[in-house]
Amino acid sequence: MNKKKKFARYSAEDKALLLVGYILLGLFVIAIVIPMLYIVVASFMDPVTLQNKGITFDFSKWTLTAYERVISNKQIWVGFKNAVVYSIVFTVVSVFITLLAAYPMSRADFKGKGIFNTIFVITMFFGGGLIPTYLLINNLGLLDSMWAIILPGAFSVWNMIIARTYYQGIPTELREAADVDGANEMVYFFKILIPVCTPVIAVLALWQFVGMWNSYFDAMIYLNDSAKQPLQLVLRSILIQNQPESGMISDMQSTAARAQLAELLKYATIIISSLPLLVMYPFFQKYFDSGIMAGSIKG
Amino acid sequence: MHNTLLYLRQHWQLYVIFLLPALALTLIFKYIPMGGIMIAFQRYNPIRGIMGSEWVGFKYFERFLTSPDFMTYLVNTLKLSIYGLLWGFPVPIILAFLLNRIQSTGIKKKIQLVLYMPNFVSVIVLCGIVRIFLSVTGPVNLLFGSQINFMTMPEAFRTIYIASGIWQGAGWASIMYTASLSNASQELKEAAVIDGANIFQQIKAVEWPAIKDMVIIQFILQAGNIMSIGFEKAYALQTDLNMGTSEIIATYVYKKGLIDGDYSFSTAVGLFNTVINVILLVAVNKIVAKMNDGKGL
Repeated sequence: MNKKKKFARYSAEDKALLLVGYILLGLFVIAIVIPMLYIVVASFMDPVTLQNKGITFDFSKWTLTAYERVISNKQIWVGFKNAVVYSIVFTVVSVFITLLAAYPMSRADFKGKGIFNTIFVITMFFGGGLIPTYLLINNLGLLDSMWAIILPGAFSVWNMIIARTYYQGIPTELREAADVDGANEMVYFFKILIPVCTPVIAVLALWQFVGMWNSYFDAMIYLNDSAKQPLQLVLRSILIQNQPESGMISDMQSTAARAQLAELLKYATIIISSLPLLVMYPFFQKYFDSGIMAGSIKG
Repeated sequence: MHNTLLYLRQHWQLYVIFLLPALALTLIFKYIPMGGIMIAFQRYNPIRGIMGSEWVGFKYFERFLTSPDFMTYLVNTLKLSIYGLLWGFPVPIILAFLLNRIQSTGIKKKIQLVLYMPNFVSVIVLCGIVRIFLSVTGPVNLLFGSQINFMTMPEAFRTIYIASGIWQGAGWASIMYTASLSNASQELKEAAVIDGANIFQQIKAVEWPAIKDMVIIQFILQAGNIMSIGFEKAYALQTDLNMGTSEIIATYVYKKGLIDGDYSFSTAVGLFNTVINVILLVAVNKIVAKMNDGKGL
């Protein structure tokens, strides 16, 4: 079917309507792209020019100062390293536990499924809330430990439902063939089931990784030791609380110059902290549709 | 009985290896805090613990419900999330319909790549961007030659919160709808086109039925979460001056509990919030089920 022929079937009104629609879509895309481009360009600007005139394409006014200062800052790198460690550990632990739990829950013959399901689903709608959870973490001695931000969210009921639904879509012949070969549950799960589930595993892993990388609340309440804080908390003091890390601007002479550089540092910080995810995610895009569709329709 | 034992012996791996880790995490990190809700009914003393603290009944609930701030925080929470739902919910659906009309898969994929991008930006970075752009010396004021400090205006907070939420989340939320639409019967659509159906008729007859269930589920889930809108963003967009509209129940719970150390009161406020949430979820589910021939969640 060629495109021209298809398009020719639209009436004049339909075409006008489509045009309006595409303009809307285009505006939405522009609204996303412009701020991002602005930040990229602004991060290279000379602070004084940026504050007075905004961005210019006079390249003599461009500078790498902001990047030099952000990159030479120790706290940023500590936060970066912590964020990498927390995100990887969290992703591995949580995806593994979730995939495991989804398996019995996907089997029609699993006894006690209803009870376990109820136990899990209740937690999606009802919880103890902030203080009881905080007291528990405190009582377990997990304050200032990375497990405080990893364990409580490590099992996600929602992700379990998605994995379960995906398993259920796999032909039962696979299971029967494994049975004939005498494979036990473990062998079937690791050797046969998991390898055919890459799309859903990729999506769950990406979600968990992004979720941990971008979160700050749990770290804010459970991790006070600055050597353990993840990147988002360092970013928070720079971007939200307007407290650039000491050493980044302390050598500047006037208050005004410091304020201008502080603004510029924000742009560079945004770029450096967001780059890893923005570079990574297009590689996962091909898994999005299949992985997400797997769980979202049937609850 | 004998059968059950036999089953358990044959299938012990399913319980011990597969399910136990998840079950243990759920019981420890979800159910123990649920038990901890008791401190909302106690004058909780950290040294004495739950067992030794004095019971005070509904005292803390009364204190919250009768405090002059109660209505402000409740209204702030409700307005932020109801307006957020009304403005934000249709956008991903519209985006999906538009994407579905694009014939070239190459262009469609490229647009999606851009639409999903903000989802990968953290809340802190998003709020940082918002604060920079809307500050007195920021690009928005530079562009219009004005000197408005949007972040200190209580009347601007909701718009900022909701618009930035749509900017960040609408593209990503459209994924599910786009995927359902691609499952819509192509033949049915062809037939509708041949019968001379215009775009609205095609949407009504072919595309809407393909995503209807998804839309309903999403609506129920989001409506049930009306009281639990994100702490993270509201807190990061708060300034001392916009507090009149930006202080919501979640931020209040945090400040009362962890900053002021008023554990029992904070837990009571949090529980009040959760209970309303559950009631809303059940109610919305009932209403939708009624309108949708008995099909709810």
